[in-house]
Amino acid sequence: MNLLVLMRMVPDVVEELEIAPDGKSLDREALRLIASESDDHALEEALLLKERYGGKVTVVVPDAPEVGDLLYTAAAKGADRVIRLRGIKTGLGVAALARSCAAALQATPGLLPVNLILTGTQAIEDLDGLVAPLVAHHLGLPYIGVVTAVTEIADGKASVVKEFQAGYRGEFQIALPAVLGVQSAEKPPRYVPVAKVRAAMKSVKIEECEVPQPTPAALEGIEVLAMSKPEVAGRAAMLEGSPEEVAGKLCDLLAERGLL
Amino acid sequence: MAASIWVVVEQWQGQITDISFEALALGREVADTSKATLEAVLPGHQCAALAEQLGCADSVLCADHPALAEPVPETHAAALAELARQRQPRAILIPVTNTAMGVSTLLGALLDAPAVNFAIDLKATDGTLEARCVLYGGKVETRVRFSKQPAIIGLWPGARPADQGRSDRKPAVEQVQVSLPSEARVRLKRYIEPEAGEVDLTREDILVAVGRGIQSKDNMELAEELARALGGELCGSRPVVDQGWLPLSRQIGKSGLTVKPKLYLALGISGAPEHVEGMKNSGLIVAVNTDPQAPIFNVAHYGVVADALELVPALTEAVRARKG
Repeated sequence: MNLLVLMRMVPDVVEELEIAPDGKSLDREALRLIASESDDHALEEALLLKERYGGKVTVVVPDAPEVGDLLYTAAAKGADRVIRLRGIKTGLGVAALARSCAAALQATPGLLPVNLILTGTQAIEDLDGLVAPLVAHHLGLPYIGVVTAVTEIADGKASVVKEFQAGYRGEFQIALPAVLGVQSAEKPPRYVPVAKVRAAMKSVKIEECEVPQPTPAALEGIEVLAMSKPEVAGRAAMLEGSPEEVAGKLCDLLAERGLL
Repeated sequence: MAASIWVVVEQWQGQITDISFEALALGREVADTSKATLEAVLPGHQCAALAEQLGCADSVLCADHPALAEPVPETHAAALAELARQRQPRAILIPVTNTAMGVSTLLGALLDAPAVNFAIDLKATDGTLEARCVLYGGKVETRVRFSKQPAIIGLWPGARPADQGRSDRKPAVEQVQVSLPSEARVRLKRYIEPEAGEVDLTREDILVAVGRGIQSKDNMELAEELARALGGELCGSRPVVDQGWLPLSRQIGKSGLTVKPKLYLALGISGAPEHVEGMKNSGLIVAVNTDPQAPIFNVAHYGVVADALELVPALTEAVRARKG
């Protein structure tokens, strides 16, 4: 079983996000980047499938600051090959990013074909499309997203579970090779001790791969006019004080409304 | 022929979803201001009866094909692309739901047209379309202008009230043919019913909801004690369920439940749009988060910038003391 995981670094939204002076983008200097959350689940699902069916997991990530940490961590978790894609910028411009990634996968000897390409179902900066269906489109492969489990792989087909709404899910059959947009893996992403990541830094070689025709992270057919903090209808009245004081104020509020 | 704005109507279990009516309401506004017609596009199989409910639109295109009975994104995108090539709409509004995940993106790729996600508003100004999209977990809004047609707009829940998109008027209905491959590469095998929860959270008056800020499974006990003291139930956001600390039957938001309790106490929940969708209509929302910029404070009535782990024991004790 050959499994390819396409991951991406995105801004960590736990940190304050600053709008750049142009008012149309994030100040990327001030950003801390982390692996996109559902990409982490895609990696975990691939590792689980490797444990179940054997085979190899290859992780491919467009270049970004701190991408090395992500790749070494992936290797420490059990990825067999880790590859940095040079010549692509992440950020807004998912349509261009996905096209470049697909072209790089095709142009790099030994990467394709694979049985499954797994990536996150969506990321927090997917303004102009989602990576999974776009990569599927460019490679001519079938796609399904919001995947939470791969239940069976047999006879050139995979059975996967996808979430709908209100707790409803659906089991789909998809012809292989295919692209899956993973929402969450069957188990929480595994923890890997720092010592193991450090060991990977010494023993694992990050492969470099050039994108055939580097594309800027540009939006196509869309122009960003402005970026801002959300316009909100209202904002919470903030309660301040020690935990005991705040607890007292909250109890008053609940009592006034007959909720205590 | 006048330009047309399309709204792609989504079905779930034989019903038209609320978000489809929300999209119709927004589409109506845009069509009126830009002197375009509003067309509802209803892909499916033997569902023409539903078209009667779509009177907010000037007309309904019923795209009937057995393959469209299954919620397979590439099948729906292929059908929509075929129709769009024939009829050249100016804009196509598509609900962004788990069911439709990928349809707007694939449609954009097939038509070589720009497709945006997470839109909460759309305006026609001076002949151009402008969308407002929510990015970065609800922390940033982006206004974008389309320079190419058709503009494909993936619409987030809540853009307009659903009732604004309902109408008793009977729309003109047109049946249209689509040709789809006889062998689908993706097939629905079966629907899986929700796991039965021990309690029906949608009927509870008080919900204590935990998010990533609860930090570990051990801390769940703190939140559970508070829920017990308040006489409520425990629920949570996606990260907590993904960690296996709560069952899917207690997840609030996009993939999980939509609730409307009298009190929703959000502990360590950032307020990503996927979660807010499921709880924003609660009677009283109180949010506790360490990040003063957390979007949850934009929907909460009361907020506390604090570590939930520090506040919760004090609150549990205070509640017990008041209740005697």
